[in-house]
Amino acid sequence: MTSVTQSTREVTPTPTPEHPVNKARERIGDRVFSGLATGSGVTILLILAMVAGFLLVQAFPALATSPAELEAKGYGQFWSWILPFAWGTVYASFWALLMAVPVAIGIALFISHYAPRRLASSLGYVIDLLAAVPSVVFGLWGSMVLAPAVQPLYLWLNTYLGWIPFFSGQPSGTGRTLLTASIVLAVMILPIITSLSREVFLQTPVLHQEAALALGATRWEMIKMAVLPFGRAGIVSSVMLGLGRALGETMAVAMVLSGAPVITLEILTSQNPNTIAAVIAQNFPEAYGLKTNQLIAGGLTLFVITLVVNSIARLIVSRYKEFSGAN
Amino acid sequence: MSKRIEVNDLNCFYGKFKAVEDVSMTIQPRSVTAFIGPSGCGKSTFLRTLNRMHEVIPGAYVEGEVLIDGNNLYGPGVDPVNVRRQVGMVFQRPNPFPTMSIKDNVLAGYRLNKERMKNSEAEALLEKSLRSANLWEEVKNRLDKPGSGLSGGQQQRLCIARAIAMQPEVLLMDEPCSALDPISTLAVEDLVQELKETYTIVIVTHNMQQAARVSDETAFFNIAGTGAPGKLIEMSSTEKIFSTPDIKATEDYITGRFG
Amino acid sequence: MTALSTTTDKVNPLTAGQLPAYVTWAALAGALIVGGLLDTTLLSGFDPGTTAFAAAVIYLPVIYLLSRAVEGRRRAADRLATNLVAGAFLLALLPLISLLWETLSTGLPRFDAKFFSWSMRNVIGAGGGAIHALYGTLIVTGIATLISVPIGLMTAIYLVEYGRGALARGITFFVDVMTGIPSIVAGLFAYALMAIVFGPGTINGLAGSLALSVLMIPIVVRATEELLRIVPNELREASYALGVPKWRTIISVVLPTSISGIVSGVILAIARIIGETAPLMIAAGFTNSINTNPFANPMMTLPVYVYDQYAHPGVQREFYTERAWAGALTLIVLVMVLNLIGRFIAQRFAPKTGR
Repeated sequence: MTSVTQSTREVTPTPTPEHPVNKARERIGDRVFSGLATGSGVTILLILAMVAGFLLVQAFPALATSPAELEAKGYGQFWSWILPFAWGTVYASFWALLMAVPVAIGIALFISHYAPRRLASSLGYVIDLLAAVPSVVFGLWGSMVLAPAVQPLYLWLNTYLGWIPFFSGQPSGTGRTLLTASIVLAVMILPIITSLSREVFLQTPVLHQEAALALGATRWEMIKMAVLPFGRAGIVSSVMLGLGRALGETMAVAMVLSGAPVITLEILTSQNPNTIAAVIAQNFPEAYGLKTNQLIAGGLTLFVITLVVNSIARLIVSRYKEFSGAN
Repeated sequence: MSKRIEVNDLNCFYGKFKAVEDVSMTIQPRSVTAFIGPSGCGKSTFLRTLNRMHEVIPGAYVEGEVLIDGNNLYGPGVDPVNVRRQVGMVFQRPNPFPTMSIKDNVLAGYRLNKERMKNSEAEALLEKSLRSANLWEEVKNRLDKPGSGLSGGQQQRLCIARAIAMQPEVLLMDEPCSALDPISTLAVEDLVQELKETYTIVIVTHNMQQAARVSDETAFFNIAGTGAPGKLIEMSSTEKIFSTPDIKATEDYITGRFG
Repeated sequence: MTALSTTTDKVNPLTAGQLPAYVTWAALAGALIVGGLLDTTLLSGFDPGTTAFAAAVIYLPVIYLLSRAVEGRRRAADRLATNLVAGAFLLALLPLISLLWETLSTGLPRFDAKFFSWSMRNVIGAGGGAIHALYGTLIVTGIATLISVPIGLMTAIYLVEYGRGALARGITFFVDVMTGIPSIVAGLFAYALMAIVFGPGTINGLAGSLALSVLMIPIVVRATEELLRIVPNELREASYALGVPKWRTIISVVLPTSISGIVSGVILAIARIIGETAPLMIAAGFTNSINTNPFANPMMTLPVYVYDQYAHPGVQREFYTERAWAGALTLIVLVMVLNLIGRFIAQRFAPKTGR
């Protein structure tokens, strides 16, 4: 109660000479408010600690139970269980990046340097529309529209290019393969890579672009001399962010792919490696007991993988900020 | 290597806005021509039409003709890329490519046309261009360091070296000293005097003393008011413009009684 | 005029060989025709996608070689780059158009009154609706918003107005980490939390909201922080100079200046999480009935409904597929409307100061 009266007295506009400025007591309002703000920040740290902690606790049984017992109950050892799916996660994301990166950079350049100025922002919105589509809708589209549409192409690839390990094997009759899942992932990460690269390309100093043009460079040569070198770090970090998204994406893969626990290079067969996120989504609703723990441990693995990828991306971004600030 | 430039009835536009109106002039080879005038009078805009850099800005276009030794820059089928190879340009602020070394900066334009050049050929061109730009002694030991590490004046001379490595017919300079300190400015002015032995030089400047010091011919541009297009008021030998100009407006500007 | 006559006398050396525009169009049309013929005769029959692909494969080298012969190596490379860059954009439009078209054409038949008034309780085959999922989505997203906005907003205020030293740096870093959490991991977290606090297998709407909050909080922090940082310091100092304490300055000067941006940021954040599927599947579960109590029993949500109709069809598959697409259409409409509102508020009520 005393502190309340204290504060009401201090709110009066007259200065209080008995308190030197630097020693002024904090008002209760300020104390409460800054306490709330700090508390919220700390809450975020707590939540993250809880995410890590609870996942560890729930994953622990799967990691700690003796291999013999796991084997006996038919779950298999954790690491040999997770390995094919970790491979599938990385492999599917690799193909998604392979397809998305050139297209995304092309789109970004188209919007920043080729399209008429008046159209540029509307074209940007069109690409952003892709980012607004929920992943479950992408999954639906991928399995019911895209898969049957690309299946003939897969047959063709398998027949004529089957000597390449990727395209070998018995091609899937439904088109629901790892490559289809990767195409859907590529479409989903396209707007992420595009929007960030576009921003960076637009920031290329006009001076450098004009310097290149004044030397007699064509538009493409100007882009190679001034725009791409300037945007290199931005491109790399946008690709890493896209990779982070692709690694963790669940529904698009879970709905397209009926994956198998195999490690293979083949991307056109019905025996393609599944991804961690998809395995969790496909099995969790029916899981019980140790299986649940095993899946949660899988989620923890996925968390660690994406954490590493995102940290690398941020490291590049922060370096890049220093670099552009220096100039 | 240097050539005569003839401009006939040139108008420059930014979209619907007419920035420069009805300019006709002749620029002599192996000389320095200075453009002076108040801010916004269109002298830089006009300069950029001489190597078709004006149209780089979205919505900007030109009416009229610019002849270099009788060949119209704006004729049908003319490739702006070819024009810019023959008419080099130095900008207001030094703009070396930040990701390239000093050497790569100088050779950047030349490499566009010759992907594979012999090492000896490249070295020779590099040294010749840097020597012409009075920069060789200062940078010969750090040719592989980034160009952005040089001082402002050195960067600007690097940009001049980059432009003359293309062996252009004409060199355009858009207020090349406005971002430089007095000592660097002096170095660039001396360089301009040497370069006019080989090139036709056109220089835009805010600084009337500079125009008086470096140029043989001077053109005075002015505007009637904001929103009105810039016009060429008077062009004559520098000596005449700074002593006995024909037109009152020129005299007012030169003597500082402007406005 | 004399000058003009001199130019016409000899060939202007500044000109370069140029492909007339009609050559480009002719090459494109030719490539389309040849591509279409190839498609119908050699491959599986005419299909617009395959034809376009075949035409591109024919067009690009043809125009490159033509240009190289007439215009030279550098112009040809420039032309090729222009074609590829424009092609990349057109390529990205393909999935977008296909997806929107399929959603509209397949989803519209069941996008009817029954869809928005019936649940799936005791429905086998035709009929049924998604009202239970719609309720669930509104409740789960609503609670997630109620949790995320205060925490996110206050954290942003902390970072901008109070944050100094290691704690602020740590929070900034971990907000970044949180942004990267895969959505399914957020679902697993909520499940694990519920399992530890309320016993294994506790699946309900609240758990779903918690999962969504983990995803939403960092989005709100990022958006709000950016907006608070662009509030000019002069405004704060003007307020301090009037003797207003810091917390009142934040509430009555800083926040009102950026409120439209914050509201729009929150709406865009809702649009981002309202389509989340994986975490809700795990934390909120599946049901066919209306459940408006977030504290007990599974709660259906719209994205999970779409997945459920697709993944667990009954005997007459077509009815389930139709409902899945109707659900997808509903989701897309919801997200689009939220995006439009968000952008509208941001533009309409933006403070005059600007950046």
